[in-house]
Amino acid sequence: MLHTVIEKNSYQDSIVLMLLTNYLETLDGVNNVQVMMGTPANKDIFKTGGLATDELEAATPNDMVVVLDVDNEDLIDDVVKKAKVYLDEQSNGSDDENSGEERVKTWDKALEVAKDAPVALISVPGVYAASEVEKALDAGKNVFCFSDNVTIEDEARLKQMAHEKGLLLMGPDCGTGIANGLPLAFANRVRKGSIGIVGASGTGIQEVTAIIHKMGEGVTNAIGTGGRDLKAQVQGITFKDSIALLDQDPDVKVIVAISKPPAKEVRDDAVDLLRAAKKPVVAIFLGEKPEAHEKGLYRAYTLEETAKIAVGLLHGQEPTGNEDVAVKVPDVKLQPQQKYIKGYYSGGTLAYEAATLMNNTLGLHAKNGVDGSILKKDGYEVLDLGDDVFTQGRPHPMIDATKRKEMMVSAGQDPETAAILLDIVLGYGTTDDMAGDLKDTIIKVKADAKAEGRELPVIATIVGTDMDPQDYSQQQRTLAEAGVIICENNAQAVKTALAIVGHPVEETPLPILPEKPSNVKMPAVSDKLKEMLTATRFLNIGLESFAEAINESGGSAVQFDWKPIAGGNVELQKALLFLNKVDLKVGV
Amino acid sequence: MVYKSIDEANQAVVSKIIAGSPFLLDVVPAIDVIDEFKHGKVLLHAGPPITYDKMIDPVQGACMGAAMFEGWADNEDDARKLMESGEVTLIPCHHVDAVGPMGGITSAHMPVVVVENRTDGNRAYCTMNEGIGAVLRFGANGPEVIDRLRWMRDVLGPVLSKALQTREPLNVNVLIAKAIAMGDEFHQRNIAASLAFLKEMSPSIVALDIDQKDKEDVIQFLADTDQFFLNIMMASAKSVMDGARQIQEGTIVTAMCRNGYEFGIRIAGMGDEWFTGPVNTPHGLYFSGFSEDDASPDMGDSAITETFGVGGFAMIAAPAVTRFIGTGGFFDALHISEDMTEITTASNPNFPIPTWDFRGISIGIDARKVVETGILPVINTGIANKKAGLGQIGAGTVNPPMEAFEKAVLAYAKKLGFEE
Repeated sequence: MLHTVIEKNSYQDSIVLMLLTNYLETLDGVNNVQVMMGTPANKDIFKTGGLATDELEAATPNDMVVVLDVDNEDLIDDVVKKAKVYLDEQSNGSDDENSGEERVKTWDKALEVAKDAPVALISVPGVYAASEVEKALDAGKNVFCFSDNVTIEDEARLKQMAHEKGLLLMGPDCGTGIANGLPLAFANRVRKGSIGIVGASGTGIQEVTAIIHKMGEGVTNAIGTGGRDLKAQVQGITFKDSIALLDQDPDVKVIVAISKPPAKEVRDDAVDLLRAAKKPVVAIFLGEKPEAHEKGLYRAYTLEETAKIAVGLLHGQEPTGNEDVAVKVPDVKLQPQQKYIKGYYSGGTLAYEAATLMNNTLGLHAKNGVDGSILKKDGYEVLDLGDDVFTQGRPHPMIDATKRKEMMVSAGQDPETAAILLDIVLGYGTTDDMAGDLKDTIIKVKADAKAEGRELPVIATIVGTDMDPQDYSQQQRTLAEAGVIICENNAQAVKTALAIVGHPVEETPLPILPEKPSNVKMPAVSDKLKEMLTATRFLNIGLESFAEAINESGGSAVQFDWKPIAGGNVELQKALLFLNKVDLKVGV
Repeated sequence: MVYKSIDEANQAVVSKIIAGSPFLLDVVPAIDVIDEFKHGKVLLHAGPPITYDKMIDPVQGACMGAAMFEGWADNEDDARKLMESGEVTLIPCHHVDAVGPMGGITSAHMPVVVVENRTDGNRAYCTMNEGIGAVLRFGANGPEVIDRLRWMRDVLGPVLSKALQTREPLNVNVLIAKAIAMGDEFHQRNIAASLAFLKEMSPSIVALDIDQKDKEDVIQFLADTDQFFLNIMMASAKSVMDGARQIQEGTIVTAMCRNGYEFGIRIAGMGDEWFTGPVNTPHGLYFSGFSEDDASPDMGDSAITETFGVGGFAMIAAPAVTRFIGTGGFFDALHISEDMTEITTASNPNFPIPTWDFRGISIGIDARKVVETGILPVINTGIANKKAGLGQIGAGTVNPPMEAFEKAVLAYAKKLGFEE
């Protein structure tokens, strides 16, 4: 049944009325509807659409006409009311949050809009990464390369190229960084401060910056180098330039260097460079147990110790050996068969730290594991669930808890399991509520063990700060509700687990040897490199969430929605290259 | 070869686009300016070359309407038989310096606007806008459509012609510059330019010594026809782009058009050759009772406006119609116009857009950049019912097929010696 409603002298733009019509069509009980101004041409359209009525003829071009086909007449008032609400909302304008964003799709445009950005973030598929890094370097940008799968030959070549241009190439496979207090890629929000960090490991940097933040100090710049920088082929090019950069920065009072042990060929150079720094340096070579400090170059065993020595030095205090607070052992009664610790990590360096502490303390003499199995000896097990082996076809464990839940359930059923270790990594790029995602499984695993007469401690640490986008204290509460033993940091968590199984870590204060002479000269630092320390503007090529993290944190990022040239069509790519270079006068 | 690189050649083409100066000289029967009409039964159509059997229903409907208008048949059945017999020669408008909206069907005795690009001395032609509702360009061919076409032939054309002869030729650039500041983008929205045209012409029309009723009818028609200027814009853009493509080097797109079956483009370096791909169906807003299922595939030469730098490329100039692109409004329009700068070569400072901080319209679509970036031109368009004669059912935007640009780039590279 057709009904006509005429709003006299109520002019609305035709497009608004088309949108309104589309909206009204979605309402329940409305068979057909059309809203238009009552012009002669529009009346024809009503007729063509099967909505001709006698009342319609009386409408003038200044009247808004609603012709409505409903079975239930009671609906008419409701539809008219909804139409008015809709029109009011339309006139209030859209609250498009993207209105201020800068977005480009080509290099030409990117370099024009982001000409004042000293740093480019690159997160494009690995096969394209090397050429995009080269373009950014050619354009005079320091580069933070999140992309992986770049060959080590390309890495060495590009880093050498960057070095010669007075630029820095962070990565490839650089997962985290902080530039001028702004988070790069998967990073925690930490306050700015006087500790400068150079690191070859993602979660290592995150753990150290988070602990520094919790201790009331801060980090303005944390420079990632990528995991292969200190290998023989690359010669630590980025590592060295970064140390030099932080050493000349008047705002940096203490330098922290985090890395796996450097290759033999690079090691002396790298360590000598650290000795040459004017600022006190704390170095941690993950997996190595240091034997002594040197004056000005202090050595840490755990990430916790690294942060604490750095904060101490900032306060004018040399390491005392008491940086590792003695662990308070919770009251847990294990059954005799409960012997083994299982660590299920989302952060690679955290897993590595756990494996190192367990290996050394328990004297397992386990070799370095492969394929994400960082430690596997007897029943002891530490897994890096962020390893490629586990992430094929599924999201990273910092985003998706499924794999960890599986692992926890099977470990919980194993009567020999004595404790389960977990990390909850907060910050940009990770899920909103990992504790909540794990909670039910933790409760169930503990309850199931209890039903079989076993107490099963689950020990976790939260890598993050109260400035992170997630709610740190809520994560703590959620874990506490699940009965988790929450430790201040990863080293504490592992030590707690070891203490529970009766193997507490013994702390031996290191001697502080006199300063050793250095044969290395600090590399010169270009102005372009220095711009990185005070960068507020970035060019983000690839994953949009990285630009959002920067924008949310007070910086500004130009988003480059990168796509492979010509959709990846090789023939067209060649044709374009040809056309860009062809000399019309002589041919090529 | 005059230019060293493609960039140089493209720059030269773009300079010609900026220098283009279209003037509206006259309105005359098509046969007076297009010689092809003198050789048997001829119809012009929009888009790249096509045969009658491949034409979609609205375009076939328009052919039949034109046949009846020309007196070749007096009913639809006979008109259809005539068209199917192959006796009528079909020629793309573009091949005879013309452009045509939607079906683009143009016959010998339809009046066309005559626009001269005084920079390069070439001329271009386009039929006049018939208004909205049942109109030939959407395939309608009933008595009211034919009657209107006759009135346009017998009254509107001659009156405008006489009025134009009493005054200086109309400088179209001036109208474009004025209207872009009043919110027209010249494809979806031409109301400001149409009013400005009426303002320019009405003193001359009312001063003519002709039948009073004819004057009133003409003024009334111009006052009622919001899109009247679109066809003048199309002819003007065609005249400027044809002037620019006298340079036969480089990768600047010199024409984009569609015939309901294929989308065709030309690039400067390949001269008259068309590069085609299947047309898409527009996305947009539909009048009540219609949906994308009812929509005709993309058609018309009106994409010459985008080739010239207005239409979808100047979306940001026309906030009033931005919602056709979705519900996002102003900022979606901004994004589209910004995107278009990534595939164009320069800005035309003659046509600054106030809502874009007075940045000039983006001109010189570079086929290389389209292929490289995957960003396709955005074309604003009316949406026709896929059945002939049912007229417009909505409006929206449409993209050309990437294939056309890929073919053009490859062909030009090969012409210059590229070997796979």
